[in-house]
Amino acid sequence: MSSKGNAGNGDVGVSRKVGAVMVVGGGIGAMQASLDLANAGFKVYLVERTPSIGGRMAQLDKTFPTNDCSMCTISPKLVECGKHLNIDLITYSEVQSIEGTAGNFTAKVLCKAKSVDYSKCTGCGLCQEKCPTKVDSEFEAGIGKRKAIYVPYPQAVPNKPVIDREHCMKFTKNKCGVCQKKCPTGAINYEDQDKIIELKVGAIILAPGYDPVDPKLRPEYGFGRYKNVVTSLQYERLLSASGPTQGHIQRPSDQKAPHKIAWIQCVGSRDAQCGNEYCSSVCCMYATKEAIMTAEHEKGVACSIFFNDIRAFGKGFERYYIGAEKDSGVKYIRGIVSTVREMQRTKNLLARYVSDDGEIKEEEFQLVILSVGLRPSKGSKELAELAGIKLDSHGYALTSTFRPNETTRAGVFALGAFLAPMDIPETVMTASSAAAAAAELVSEERGSLVAQKEYPSERDIMGQKPRVGVFVCRCGTNIARVVDVQKVVEYAKTLPHVEFATESLFTCSTDSQKTISKAIEEHNLNRVIVAACTPATHEPLFQDTLKEAGLNKFLFEMANIRNQCSWVHEDPVMATEKSKDLVRMAVARALKLEPIKQLQSPVTAKALVIGGGLSGMTAALSLARQGFESYLVERSPKLGGYLNRLQYTLEGDNTQEWLKKLVGEVEKEKRIKVFTDAEVTEFSGHVGNFHAAVKTANKTEKVDAGAVIVATGAQEYQPTEYLYGKSPNVLTQLELEEKIAKEPEALRNANTVVMIQCVGSRDDEHMYCSRVCCGQAVKNALRLKELNPAAKIFVLHRDIRTYASKELAYKKAREKGVLFLRYNPEHKPEVAQTNGKLSVRAQDVSIGAIIDIKPDIVVLSAGIKPHETNPTLGSLLKVPLDRDGFYLEAHLKLRPLDFSSEGIFLCGLAHSPKYIEESVAQARGAASRAASLLSKDFLTVGGVISVVNPEKCVACLTCVRVCPYGVPAFKDEEGAVYIEPASCQGCGICAGACPNKAIEVQHYKDRQVVAKCKVLCEVSKT
Amino acid sequence: MEGLGFAPKIVAFCCQYCAYNAADLAGSMRLQYSPYVRIIRLLCTGKIDSLYILKAFEEGADAVFVAG
Repeated sequence: MSSKGNAGNGDVGVSRKVGAVMVVGGGIGAMQASLDLANAGFKVYLVERTPSIGGRMAQLDKTFPTNDCSMCTISPKLVECGKHLNIDLITYSEVQSIEGTAGNFTAKVLCKAKSVDYSKCTGCGLCQEKCPTKVDSEFEAGIGKRKAIYVPYPQAVPNKPVIDREHCMKFTKNKCGVCQKKCPTGAINYEDQDKIIELKVGAIILAPGYDPVDPKLRPEYGFGRYKNVVTSLQYERLLSASGPTQGHIQRPSDQKAPHKIAWIQCVGSRDAQCGNEYCSSVCCMYATKEAIMTAEHEKGVACSIFFNDIRAFGKGFERYYIGAEKDSGVKYIRGIVSTVREMQRTKNLLARYVSDDGEIKEEEFQLVILSVGLRPSKGSKELAELAGIKLDSHGYALTSTFRPNETTRAGVFALGAFLAPMDIPETVMTASSAAAAAAELVSEERGSLVAQKEYPSERDIMGQKPRVGVFVCRCGTNIARVVDVQKVVEYAKTLPHVEFATESLFTCSTDSQKTISKAIEEHNLNRVIVAACTPATHEPLFQDTLKEAGLNKFLFEMANIRNQCSWVHEDPVMATEKSKDLVRMAVARALKLEPIKQLQSPVTAKALVIGGGLSGMTAALSLARQGFESYLVERSPKLGGYLNRLQYTLEGDNTQEWLKKLVGEVEKEKRIKVFTDAEVTEFSGHVGNFHAAVKTANKTEKVDAGAVIVATGAQEYQPTEYLYGKSPNVLTQLELEEKIAKEPEALRNANTVVMIQCVGSRDDEHMYCSRVCCGQAVKNALRLKELNPAAKIFVLHRDIRTYASKELAYKKAREKGVLFLRYNPEHKPEVAQTNGKLSVRAQDVSIGAIIDIKPDIVVLSAGIKPHETNPTLGSLLKVPLDRDGFYLEAHLKLRPLDFSSEGIFLCGLAHSPKYIEESVAQARGAASRAASLLSKDFLTVGGVISVVNPEKCVACLTCVRVCPYGVPAFKDEEGAVYIEPASCQGCGICAGACPNKAIEVQHYKDRQVVAKCKVLCEVSKT
Repeated sequence: MEGLGFAPKIVAFCCQYCAYNAADLAGSMRLQYSPYVRIIRLLCTGKIDSLYILKAFEEGADAVFVAG
């Protein structure tokens, strides 16, 4: 690890900080924070309460608004955490105490007895299969079973079981002991004891996540009494192909497919009675997703969602919501369900509700799903107590607007649903942000505790004949029960160039790695094949064994005879034949494999931050505190961006004071070079090594950077409607806010005020919600009420979207007498002016009446629109925009801060409309993403990438058009296309599309793929 | 395989990010299917080349399945 990015305080004699971080929790947030930190040169201890990482996201079926499979997207991250050299997974463990101060903590952690020796266990699963005790599965949310010895779910990491001593008969009755008898490696240890370990860390990140609210708090919905009332989390499991019904939607009472399903929103949210007055932020969208997925599963199912306000405020949510109604036929019913009753004979459910027009109605459903809210997870209160941090009144970690990850104890940070209810991308952003905060604290110890593996130099195999070794795995009985492993081994020996073949009980065990190494040496093997499970999980392990034995890791191939053979075929003869075929195909490919030399590409340890608003400044400052220099390029003469116009927050912060402080810090910081009145005019290079030209009024400067952060902000929509610009008394919310702050006296006489929501949002031209306007209206309404308590304030809206704790301010505004009237977009309010007097006519939907108001001022909640520079800067950087014109990240869920082009990141309003605290978290998060890149001396490039043969390239530019990452570039001097190894993602689309076969993907060259087809139909002779 | 009746050779080209993982999951869940399918892992189904499909047929495959 390099000395780069060591901020170095230079204090001699001050006790050294510890270059390690403890992350408490194992969900997606904890995983992201751990990966960011470990990749940036810090040691990470991930302490998780349950037996495996993955958290809530692993339980979900699909994710909104892309309908991606949740497991498919989280799985690579699970594997990455599991095999990361610098992340210690401490599962089935709980923190007991935290002593010390920021930079130097000592944590005591209780590691519960797993009763399984992980150094011996290979995760074959036989114990689980044989265990006779069935228990309700936590992972299946109580609608499926697990055993007393169990791995929580098939893809869990670590994929090794623990014994649940509360239910295991060995512990409850001193009977059974089957698992010990059956375990082929002797890994079961009933004498295993709890133990306490001590961890020395510099910073702590708390990520205990959330629990669903107990639906029994609303007994009128009958959960627990009526079988066909389930929670939304249970329904996720019902939808999931890996769930208890294998993805067939069956209602619990009779396992029949329901044809009419209702969702009831706000169960345990926005509800003072059950103690949760806040909005849980995610339920509207997950219910929408579940309804869409249901409609997709089975045609003709009628899905109805009973709601208060649809809160589709996130990126892409509004389109998703509209699509649910229009394309999937989901029926949205505005109305609160008062009771659910079960019909005795059919077990159908009768929902009684007050409809939008005030009538009491009843409707029958075959299944009712309760959209349960989120609350801080069980145990988070105790965790907060022992960590010595304060919680807010609802049990969430207390933080502040401008320091959204920092708890009340220095050096202890929080993320995800421990901050507030939030969805997956928000969690991932706050996770990266927490990682940055921790890295800032211990940056001088970067690289001090991380391990790096040393390998022997690679053997040159050029000119050697292929000598293949085949290792066939029994996987306990997983493979051997169906496949005749001995026959497969004998068969392998007959294949051309196979010099050695053997079987083993578990090829992945440490012993077997030694066997493989020894065989490579003794038989001078230069190709290795393992016929076992799946390369998705095990290829890296075996490739590492090759490297340890001095062989290039690309001389390896796997035959998947477990997941894709013994587990899916029952007939031993057929399965054995198929295994032979798979081994023959693997050998054929192995003969064509070539060693691939990977190169080291140097990294410029500087960042280019484009945009000098709140996000850009926050990102640059965080990078500076992590020891990295940046160029901060601001287009206008003054730093501050959109924040220049905001005066105060809903939570009461004085934003202008903060802005001043922030600008001061940026200007003082030696590691930040600020350019104002400046623009990026040229851009080239690749990850780790970008080149840009920054043009200011009098000159153009060339700058080099390893990473780029796009923080170019957004703009206020300039209304053309509602007499804006035609009457001095029609203002935007930002203008009102400036007036409240600067000339409050002028507003004391404003006796009647009308605010109109969704101006330039949620319409045909702007098919997105601007997210902040509802909160802004509530904020300004409350201020006006302070100035003039007698003022009559009308807020004309479509849905009030005050999510999370902003809901409390909405409630407060109603208590203060602010009137919220809902209009239909088909009948927008009308604003008129006669003799300088304004009048507003609006149709209120809930009372069904037309209302005439004579306001002193009309305030328009103008939306946030994409910055006008997005198309030009986007094309210069070769990064995409979304359909609304905001920048589009690499993946809406799990890579919200990265562009698909490596080395370029985004944050703040450039990403989508958001509140201040969200921009700060994103900006610090983007700094974390950039830092994990900048902290490296070199990037390893090459490997599985596309390479152009310039001799064959005719420069037709097909590859330039098809590459989703914009990597192929035409080089004039060569008359051919060049693909930068550092930027290529290795998808191979260009190679498939190239009409002249001038592009090849290394390790997947045509002859290497076709080799498998060629031997496919040879009949095996044994 | 003689005496077992028609034993087709079916080649499945699967994207390593999705369809290949799906096939792995089918295994984890012990979902039974025809043993005549042979999966070839690709980086991405974008890498599929008409050549691969034709080659498979030329070599005697009865069906080719591309999933990703």
